[in-house]
Amino acid sequence: MINVSHIKKIYKSGTIETEALHDVSFNIKKGEFVAIMGPSGSGKSTLMHILGALDTPTSGTYTLDGEEVSKLTDDSLADIRNRKIGFIFQAFNLLPRTSALKNVMLPMRYAGIPYEERIEKAKKYLKMVGLSERMEHYSNQLSGGQQQRVAIARGLAMNPSILLADEPTGNIASAQAEEVMAIFQEINEKEGHTIVMITHELDIADHAKRIITIRDGNVLSDKKNPHQKKAKKGAIIL
Amino acid sequence: MELVLESLSTLTINKLRTGLAILGIVIGIGSVIALISLGQATQQQVQSQIQSLGANLLTVIPGAQNTNGVRGALGGGTTLTLDDANAIKANPSVTTIQNVSPEVSKRLQVATVKTNTNVQVIGATAPYLIVHKVSMDEGAFITDRDVTGMTKVAVIGPQVASTLFPDGSDPIGQDIRISGQSFTIIGMTVSKGGTGFQNQDDIVYVPLSTAQKQLFGIDYLNTIALEAKSSEVMIDAENQVGYLLLSRHKLSDPTNADFSIFSQQDILNTASQTTGSFTSLLSGIAAISLLVGGIGIMNIMLVTVTERTREIGLRKALGAKKQIIVTQFLLESVILTSVGGIFGMLLGIATSFIISSFSHSPFVISLSSIILAILVSGGIGILFGWYPAQRAANLQPIEALRYE
Repeated sequence: MINVSHIKKIYKSGTIETEALHDVSFNIKKGEFVAIMGPSGSGKSTLMHILGALDTPTSGTYTLDGEEVSKLTDDSLADIRNRKIGFIFQAFNLLPRTSALKNVMLPMRYAGIPYEERIEKAKKYLKMVGLSERMEHYSNQLSGGQQQRVAIARGLAMNPSILLADEPTGNIASAQAEEVMAIFQEINEKEGHTIVMITHELDIADHAKRIITIRDGNVLSDKKNPHQKKAKKGAIIL
Repeated sequence: MELVLESLSTLTINKLRTGLAILGIVIGIGSVIALISLGQATQQQVQSQIQSLGANLLTVIPGAQNTNGVRGALGGGTTLTLDDANAIKANPSVTTIQNVSPEVSKRLQVATVKTNTNVQVIGATAPYLIVHKVSMDEGAFITDRDVTGMTKVAVIGPQVASTLFPDGSDPIGQDIRISGQSFTIIGMTVSKGGTGFQNQDDIVYVPLSTAQKQLFGIDYLNTIALEAKSSEVMIDAENQVGYLLLSRHKLSDPTNADFSIFSQQDILNTASQTTGSFTSLLSGIAAISLLVGGIGIMNIMLVTVTERTREIGLRKALGAKKQIIVTQFLLESVILTSVGGIFGMLLGIATSFIISSFSHSPFVISLSSIILAILVSGGIGILFGWYPAQRAANLQPIEALRYE
């Protein structure tokens, strides 16, 4: 489903060229839960931008659901992001002074889905992440863990091909991080969602079924996680 | 609709800033509306005043005669005579004139026993009343008999009456001295109100013959005022009178004419042009304040775009296309300026209403200026919101998301 083939990314700043990705190739099949690991500066953020269709590679190809993403225009990339990718950011990135419900509805609005349907779906996904009691709360009235769960509901709203999580537990307490991981495992196993999670914490990466390690712009290792850690659901009272 | 609500809620977050941004537009639109309205009111006032002097009025004045290449002063000539006036009335070639009023005038000292004043003394005949649309308040106007008999009677305007008889006594029948000669007052005219050109209330009328012989010592006329049969025949009337006078004065070339003919329409046009250009000048100045207001909007929108860089990045990451971002920000600036436009319109209407009630001039608000205000304020929103909106739409999502 995801095919990354010999991707190279060079950033140019004036005359200085920085190579962020040297030669990265891998495939991810539908229903996988992959963690991409690596220390800072390893190129994992760049990889995440390319996988998220936020940026295009300098060379190599990136195919998502059979669609070559590498050479699309800005608006077509926006369309890909809207339909095929659900983002979960480290800093949550919810709209401030906007209810949880409205936040989850936002990507569906850009897809032109009718209002009634948007509300219905948003409620369904908020319920799924355990926030049905807090749908009308403004995003800034929620705790970090709750905000991240709103972001997960928003990521799921368009039923995307991949859920792309960039350091999803970086800004939240460890108990709440456990809860987020539990949600990831549940939607991966029960709903069959493909999840690609970027992290530098081994402890978090251990929740995935497969771990790809990146170093200096190359794939260092790519193997199945033999002892996938099970997150305890309901570890915290909401 | 959802977008409009979203923009409204965004704009109400920082109320002070939004209010100040709108204020520029309010002042701009307000001053444009007020000045257009005042301009139109002035124009209407001037027009109605001139119309009240008689729309069918033609005025012949002597002067501008070429003597060895030296052109005399307009109105200073001595070439118009009572015979000319009589000819205009009697000649069968003049078919479009119904009343002829030969006139002489001069400022003279007019006195009672107690007081005196310097006023315009007009030597007139009976038709003066009709030609100049003057009505009598009390007594009678000068008659043909007064003119032929060269009687020493006078008709006074209401302002002269109040100056000469401050105690409010009835002026009719009293004697006044004009240049030392005694005249009996036989009538008083109805007040016409002061006009910009000549105060119709501050005049003393005496019989034409008496004025020429006894007061001024002249045998020519200063003015022949003519009333055309209708406003449609004004041009014909001007031509007929012109040719008759040319032939009577034995002049073949119209450019050498020793007289000039003005129609009321000419004066009206000149006055309208003057007030019109004055109005445009003021509106131009007001438009500059509108421009400044627009720049203020652009500035605020640019600040907003910078402040909301992360939000824009997020929206783009979630799949907002450029057009959606452009629409969102344009909508915000158009809402800003339209609200400003509406308040500005109200301010402008209120201002012109207050000014008109203080200056006793008519209160005019034209539909066109209201439509103009709404269109212009909306247009300013698009014009000055365009660049910030484009800037927002062209932000790269990664850069925008990283922005602190």
